[in-house]
Amino acid sequence: MTDAATATAPVKRRTLSGMNPAVGVATVVVVIMAVIYLVGGKDQGLVTQSLVSGLLLGGVYALISVGLTLIFGVLGIVNFAQGAMLTMAMYIVYALSTAGLPVYLATVIAVPLMFVFGMIVQATLLTKLTISGSHDGPLLVTLGLSLLIINVLLMIFGGRPKSVQAPIDGSVSILGAVASWPRVLAFIGAALVAVALTAVLKRTPLGLSIRAVASNSEGAKLVGVDIGRVYALTFGIGAACVAVAGGLMTPFTSLTPSVGEQFTILAFVIVVLGGLGSVVGAVIGGLVIGLVQTVGALFLPGTGSLILVFAVFILVLFLKPEGLYGARR
Amino acid sequence: MTDTVTAPTSVPEDSRLKDTWLKRQLITLVIGFVVVAALPLILGEQAQTVAVRTLIFALMAVAWNIMSGFGGMFSFGHAAFFGIGAYTGAYLLVDYGISPWISMAVAAVISASVGTLLAYLCLRYRLAGSYFALATFAFAQMFLLLVQNLEVFHKTEGFNVPLLPRDSWWMLQFEKGSPNYIWIPLVILALAVLGTIFYVRSRAGQFVQAVRDDETAAASLGIDTMKYRLIAVASSCALIAVAGVYYTQYYFFVGPEQAFGSAVSVEAIVPAVIGGIGTIWGPVLGAAVIGPLSEIINELLRNPPGFLGFLDGAIGLDVAVYSVILILIVIFLPKGIFGTIRERWFR
Repeated sequence: MTDAATATAPVKRRTLSGMNPAVGVATVVVVIMAVIYLVGGKDQGLVTQSLVSGLLLGGVYALISVGLTLIFGVLGIVNFAQGAMLTMAMYIVYALSTAGLPVYLATVIAVPLMFVFGMIVQATLLTKLTISGSHDGPLLVTLGLSLLIINVLLMIFGGRPKSVQAPIDGSVSILGAVASWPRVLAFIGAALVAVALTAVLKRTPLGLSIRAVASNSEGAKLVGVDIGRVYALTFGIGAACVAVAGGLMTPFTSLTPSVGEQFTILAFVIVVLGGLGSVVGAVIGGLVIGLVQTVGALFLPGTGSLILVFAVFILVLFLKPEGLYGARR
Repeated sequence: MTDTVTAPTSVPEDSRLKDTWLKRQLITLVIGFVVVAALPLILGEQAQTVAVRTLIFALMAVAWNIMSGFGGMFSFGHAAFFGIGAYTGAYLLVDYGISPWISMAVAAVISASVGTLLAYLCLRYRLAGSYFALATFAFAQMFLLLVQNLEVFHKTEGFNVPLLPRDSWWMLQFEKGSPNYIWIPLVILALAVLGTIFYVRSRAGQFVQAVRDDETAAASLGIDTMKYRLIAVASSCALIAVAGVYYTQYYFFVGPEQAFGSAVSVEAIVPAVIGGIGTIWGPVLGAAVIGPLSEIINELLRNPPGFLGFLDGAIGLDVAVYSVILILIVIFLPKGIFGTIRERWFR
């Protein structure tokens, strides 16, 4: 038992010198941006615009990734259905808004629905596999779940793209760059959820038991934590995060059943970059990847900038697989 | 003292070391081959396309199983290697008129080299479990994006294979509905299964399974873990590339999504999981279940009987059904259909 305890202890440890890796990442990002700004040979207005849109996009990415990283940190499973659950939340919002509700109110309703859905999924499909500790099993189940959600949505709503009108339209000017209100709201919403989630994890009894299970599930069980319940709640919270993200994104996303797939991939990249299991890491990773994608698009048009995203991913996997804030598993 | 000398006999014998095991596998292979080879003589044209698709599924799953089942390196990105095959075949044929038979060899070599390099990097940096799976997934996605953005591969448009005026064994084109379209992948599949049977029995196969089961123990016995893992990866990648070449030749078309899309990786994994990971017959059996099943469901959707009228025109039901099967199998029969049957039968 002491072995297990010491082996898992570093999970909670911060980086060696105590310096926040965010400072390092921010420095690197700022330097790269400055180089692009000054000698990149690109129109400066264009660069500012990509910076702003990159950060706004990154906020939403962060929100999707926070759910994924929480699920990994506590349950040790990679939820392959994260993108599909995002799509599901978006379609719930779409269905409610076609029924006459404003988008943001529909989001408020979608969140508890997705929370319950997440809890049910974990309790019925995953808990047994989670406890048995295999990694292929949950990966395959969530893969199956992802295919199931996408195809059920396809059966119900068909493959034609749908769109939802936001109640607040128009745009706002930030540092000379134009940002539409729905995107700004999505960023603010993402920031609020990240703060709220951190507060829940740090300050509530539920957060305490989640952290206890994450660092040592055996030990938590011995002191009377109902780990099955914590697992279900964690997956529920992960699903609720994507519900918020989905709701906030619907006004500026063209809805198809497969729209979430790309976010599964991006969320992995972000979560690995930040360190699997770290909420702060996911937020910073989200912002970085958002920036890489939009600023990279200045040089590689179309889907080309995603190649940069994957290059970052593979570099991180090889050079620092534990990520910015994580410990190696 | 005599006790310690006789002790090794009490170790349970691995049935794979007995020749009856080999004999049984070979007999099964021959019977299966003959039965499937007779199929084109009784099947209609539509059933034939299902049979070909099933054979391609089986080939992909057998390939995936070598690396991920016996080798224990869970690949989530076999689309990368299938795609290398499909694109090599298409590129050499469309731009240079080179026979698919030669493409198969070329694609196998390219795919095995790329796969070995990537796996070497992953293993060198000690990526395991979920990390390994995610890394392979990312590689496949990168190839997808590269192909979509490179002019030489026609970006998102892909390749159309030109139709020849008459039958040609050399160019692998026959009259529509020709039984050759089934026999060729069947022979390839039979050779692949035969290869797997001998591989599993060989030193390399036994060693890689030892590494899968306990890497530390295997390494402490002096097994070169990296070497035997890379052998498994190389054979797996070479085989699925051959499946990719055949895919392009049969459908006369390949685009980025058909070659490198994440759905392709899923198609390699699902039959193996349903049939039984790490068994010889599991992937084949899984493909035999999934291939016809998705066709039956699609047929049902095209002409729904009265009580299922509400399904008319719905798309996606076939994948929904097989994802449910996948989830149920993983939860209730983690060893897959074949693995479970074998366990009950030969206990």
